[in-house]
Amino acid sequence: MTLLDTPSDSAASAASAKRVFLRDETSAVLRVDESNIPLAETVDIDPMSTAPMIVNMGPVHPSTHGVLRLVLEMQGEQVLRSKPVIGYLHTGMEKTGEQLSFLQGTTNVTRMDYASPLFNELVFSLATEKLLNIEVPPRAQWIRTMMCELNRISSHMLFQATNGMDVGAVSMMLYGNRLREETLRILEKVTGLRMNHNYIRPGGVAVDLPDGWREDIGGLLDMLPPLLDEFDQLLTGQPIFRERLQGVGAINTEECLALGVTGPILRGTGYAWDLRRDMPYLKYDELDFDVIVGSYGDCFDRYAVRLAEARESIRIVRQCIEKMPTGDYRLQDKKVTPPPRARIDESMEALIHHFKIFTEGFKVPEGEVYVSIESPRGELGCYVVSDGGSHPHRMHIRAPSFVNLQTMPHMMQDALVADVVAIISSVDPVLGEVDR
Amino acid sequence: MSIAMLSALSSPLAVDPLFVGGVGLEEVIIVIVKVLIAFVLLLVAVMLMIWFERKLHADMTNRMGPTIAGPFGLLQTLADGIKLFFKEDLIPKKGDRFVFQLAPYLTLIPAFLIFAVVPLGGDFDNNDGTISVFGNTTNFQLADPPIGVLFVLAMSSMAVYGIMLAGWSSGSKYPLFGSVRASAQMVSYEAALGLSLVAVLLKSGSLSTHDIVAGQADGWNWNLWITGFIPFIVFMIASTAELNRPPFDLVEAEQEIVGGFHTEYSSIRFALFFLGEFMNVVTMSAVMVTLFFGGPDGPIPFLASVGWLWGMFWFMLKVVGFCFVFVWFRATLPRLRYDQLMDLGWKLLIPLSLGWLIALAVLDVGRDNGWNTAVVGIGCFAGLMVMGALLTAAVSAGQRKRLAGEGFD
Repeated sequence: MTLLDTPSDSAASAASAKRVFLRDETSAVLRVDESNIPLAETVDIDPMSTAPMIVNMGPVHPSTHGVLRLVLEMQGEQVLRSKPVIGYLHTGMEKTGEQLSFLQGTTNVTRMDYASPLFNELVFSLATEKLLNIEVPPRAQWIRTMMCELNRISSHMLFQATNGMDVGAVSMMLYGNRLREETLRILEKVTGLRMNHNYIRPGGVAVDLPDGWREDIGGLLDMLPPLLDEFDQLLTGQPIFRERLQGVGAINTEECLALGVTGPILRGTGYAWDLRRDMPYLKYDELDFDVIVGSYGDCFDRYAVRLAEARESIRIVRQCIEKMPTGDYRLQDKKVTPPPRARIDESMEALIHHFKIFTEGFKVPEGEVYVSIESPRGELGCYVVSDGGSHPHRMHIRAPSFVNLQTMPHMMQDALVADVVAIISSVDPVLGEVDR
Repeated sequence: MSIAMLSALSSPLAVDPLFVGGVGLEEVIIVIVKVLIAFVLLLVAVMLMIWFERKLHADMTNRMGPTIAGPFGLLQTLADGIKLFFKEDLIPKKGDRFVFQLAPYLTLIPAFLIFAVVPLGGDFDNNDGTISVFGNTTNFQLADPPIGVLFVLAMSSMAVYGIMLAGWSSGSKYPLFGSVRASAQMVSYEAALGLSLVAVLLKSGSLSTHDIVAGQADGWNWNLWITGFIPFIVFMIASTAELNRPPFDLVEAEQEIVGGFHTEYSSIRFALFFLGEFMNVVTMSAVMVTLFFGGPDGPIPFLASVGWLWGMFWFMLKVVGFCFVFVWFRATLPRLRYDQLMDLGWKLLIPLSLGWLIALAVLDVGRDNGWNTAVVGIGCFAGLMVMGALLTAAVSAGQRKRLAGEGFD
């Protein structure tokens, strides 16, 4: 009797019936009924059995990107069925968001997708601003655009690192992370933190760009392209790398749309859907950039799309540096943004505003709103319901990683173990965002 | 070739000249000293190899590598060994206890034994590679059995058992994957390894490693060019697979099957696997130098003033060169998938080395019978091309059939 069998009159008929059942249905839960779990000591394993083997890949596994667990039903090296199991990193962040004021909310959401935290802050801020019906100053918008694109570069570099590592090119782990570190250094200089910045806030950004930012960011942008070309040299033309990724985990546009998949996976299939161009927010309509698409929707396309998107982001940041206007970096609305530190010493009203904003927060008009942006992983949405108080009544994040995870069972059908790893890596899920 | 033939004739069983005059106490002591030298040399070489790999790979990826333990981190391996020795030794409850404990030794010991037949130095330019110790002449290698090369093949096949049994006896799923992969991978690459070796044997006319090296004395006799590069390239790829080194490290693919066969191993047993793997890298490099690169033969003829160290210097230099290549592979190449690995082995390496072997044999026969070399050469080339085309056609037809879902009957 294996773990999968259900109690039946005859063990043999149960086993054969089970095998048919396993092959036929495609979306069932790969789990034993809790009341029927046999004790490990009582399970009698037949060493000559050729029945499929169940392998629990993760939650502790070197290449499941955190704590993703995949239940794989395997015949030899081949995956018959797979099922992602999530929830190992669930911390109830959406519920926590209801306990925090709108001003504190960004500190919370930034921890969801920890590889691209600025996008989380941005989408929450945009939603709050839409509820408040305020328009942030142009400089704040340009800063946001630029910082987000820098963050996109760092996120895609992390992908390059883990993707290379997962197909066995161990040096890529360090090459990719080196570029990510260089980008994070800039983010740290501007925001004060490498991750979880809490930089983009409702009403603008936390602080203005530091002195010498043009030289710092310009230096980074000059440094990146030759190093990205090195990735091309090391991986793109490498026959083993292409063999490992081409045709693996292929998915087409219809399937992607049916599953709600967005981001590089959808664009890899040749469908040019990029919210930055199709539903512009911030200053993207004033910027010149290309939407990168693939053609086969396989792992290699997703790799290539991300590499090219990093190059596009470099282009966007260059334009941002050129077009950066002067002016306020945050809204001068005393009810939303705190007054400058100097004003607190001079003005009684400023002190009162400062105190009120940081104790009870600002009131947000009643209503509900959904805002979506293009994060490095796809459409990142934020749905906020306000009851007129200073805390969201309900806050939900539409996490692209969570939705993209649905493609895995589909892509992994009949794949080999090595392909499974390549597929997980090419979906590039961030488990913090999946589980929230 | 003539030298190899001569030496084969002069000592048909390739006995070490040390034993020609009978075995006394002196001879026994010399042999024991040689055993100790080979053993210590290999252990130190492995220690340095691990350090070398870590330093080199660190350098290739903008890191420092080990720096703390000893000068330039040279003692890092020792520190790791001591740490692992004091770790708790876990044996899985569902594992086969005896086999689980036996397996690490099965991988370690063959690596030692292979090193025993490798000639480390000596003067092959002037006096048939022997050195004199306290008035006794002896080969500069621990043992020179007449079946030297077969012994190398046999031992490298034995190493498979260690890995296979380790995975099987762990009683857990990932090691089982590693075990199955190991048995398939190493058995199929053993064939390519052996076939590429036959080309060397054909040219050397002897299985004894000492004679193979003696036949390569004087730079332009290296088997590398005599056998025409292809056997060396096949041997290099097959030995990388045989050693489970990247890009063929499917057996322990960390990203796929966690640690493969050594997932359940800890403490000193894990250290033994680790040691065995690196020892295999050193010995396989030494074997490659012996078979294809003339062993202790250097570009500058034997310098009597430097003595036996001269040959050893060139030998070590070439071994380090191969170790470098192995590290280079690891730093650059992604890992192959299981089916791609099998394709490479069965559809490319084995037919290639087999075809090349036949061509070499035909050329040899032609030379002996005084046939026109150009005609025979062109004929061989054409034959290889035809065989290659037929094989490609057969493989693609098989692929078509498989994709169409038809059976083979």
